[in-house]
Amino acid sequence: MFSDFDFGVIQRSLPYLIKEGLTFTLTLTALSTIGGVILGTLIAMARLSSYRVLQVAGAGYVNFLRSLPLVLVIFWFYFLMPYILQWVTGASSPVPVGAFASALITFTIFEAAYFSEIMRAGIQSIPRGQPAAAAALGMNYWQSMWYIILPQAFRNMLPVILTQTIILFQDTSLVYVVSLPDFLGAASKVAQRDGRLVEMYIFAAIVYFIISFFASWLVKRLQARIAIIR
Amino acid sequence: MIEIDNVSKWYGDFNVLKHCTTSVTKGEVVVVCGPSGSGKSTLIKTVNGLEEFQEGDIRVDGTALKDKSTNLPKLRSRVGMVFQHFELFPHLKITENLCLGQMKVLGRDRETAMKKATALLERVGLEAHAHKFPGQLSGGQQQRVAIARALCMDPIVMLFDEPTSALDPEMVNEVLDVMVELAREGMTMMVVTHEMGFARKVANRVIFMDRGEIVEDATKDDFFGKPRSERAQQFLSKILTH
Repeated sequence: MFSDFDFGVIQRSLPYLIKEGLTFTLTLTALSTIGGVILGTLIAMARLSSYRVLQVAGAGYVNFLRSLPLVLVIFWFYFLMPYILQWVTGASSPVPVGAFASALITFTIFEAAYFSEIMRAGIQSIPRGQPAAAAALGMNYWQSMWYIILPQAFRNMLPVILTQTIILFQDTSLVYVVSLPDFLGAASKVAQRDGRLVEMYIFAAIVYFIISFFASWLVKRLQARIAIIR
Repeated sequence: MIEIDNVSKWYGDFNVLKHCTTSVTKGEVVVVCGPSGSGKSTLIKTVNGLEEFQEGDIRVDGTALKDKSTNLPKLRSRVGMVFQHFELFPHLKITENLCLGQMKVLGRDRETAMKKATALLERVGLEAHAHKFPGQLSGGQQQRVAIARALCMDPIVMLFDEPTSALDPEMVNEVLDVMVELAREGMTMMVVTHEMGFARKVANRVIFMDRGEIVEDATKDDFFGKPRSERAQQFLSKILTH
């Protein structure tokens, strides 16, 4: 049944797919995971703080973003960011934002909502005696967080964080709605140019599957390695 | 050294501490005992501000806890505390557990901190375990590390919150031995414990608490010889019959 197919198209476009597409996808995944975890951790700390204002602000952020479809947020930021920046900086015309920067900011902000829930669970999983012990040694809030609570919370939650990263990796394909050149977008471009839709989409699916599968396997291996001895 | 002045505390409507007043002078060893739920752990945790209280005040080495200008972290760094469940940092090796506070709070360099840590590990007899993680040690060993960790900060007073209650019976003595030695060296100590043997051996004074009140505050001999209150007599007869 594959007699009419031309898988040569994959070989011909491979350098472009990897150099442009896959690099974009993987860089975006990695950077927005890092950004999302950092921002998400700060939001989690706000939600768990004793200040009512911070609690409400943190909860509002998470609940708001989690109730929006990702595609909508991508659209929004891509089209609104130049105007927001114009407003913020007081420039006379909309400030152009690069495609990559726009996608990175979008995913960082969006994923932070999910990462913050993970980190919140992680922080809450640490026994109350730990911050008490840190305080008893004379550490302030930030020292206690940085040296005692967060390292443990992060380790406990690493498998979940990486699982969320795999989801994020797949979600980055949604940037196609604003025609950004991620892996799926690049494959799609070649597919339409050469009229080889089926071949290219099968290939793209296989690549996504292999990377996600391999990453899941890695998570499982890692889980055993990093567990804190109790 | 520690002056607890008319301290009261509520959890909502529940009155955990009722007008508690007592003091610990330099070099004194004070044992706090009483039935569970009597507020003794809560009282000792108010001393370094881990538990808040609504009324009264506490002064540690002249510094008032209720004073707004008091730097609580700084005060806590001078007060050593040992917890019922050890609370070593499980993600850090023993040496790091001992060095972290010295370096980040007292600003000592690694070499100085390490020297101190090694000396104190030797003192509690655990130098061989320096590079292990807390989870690889027994309960008694962990508690001795916890004592060493507190001592690393050169505290002016040590607080012990039921240090042997979470231990298997055969490990209680190794921890008590360290505490007895510490007391004999003249360390100022406030100890919440059920170990009356320890109290008899090294305590100067015994405080008996019940339902949030300090019922009896007496010298060791008076407390064990002729407790004034009926509640203290009952308590003693219950725990000393075995």
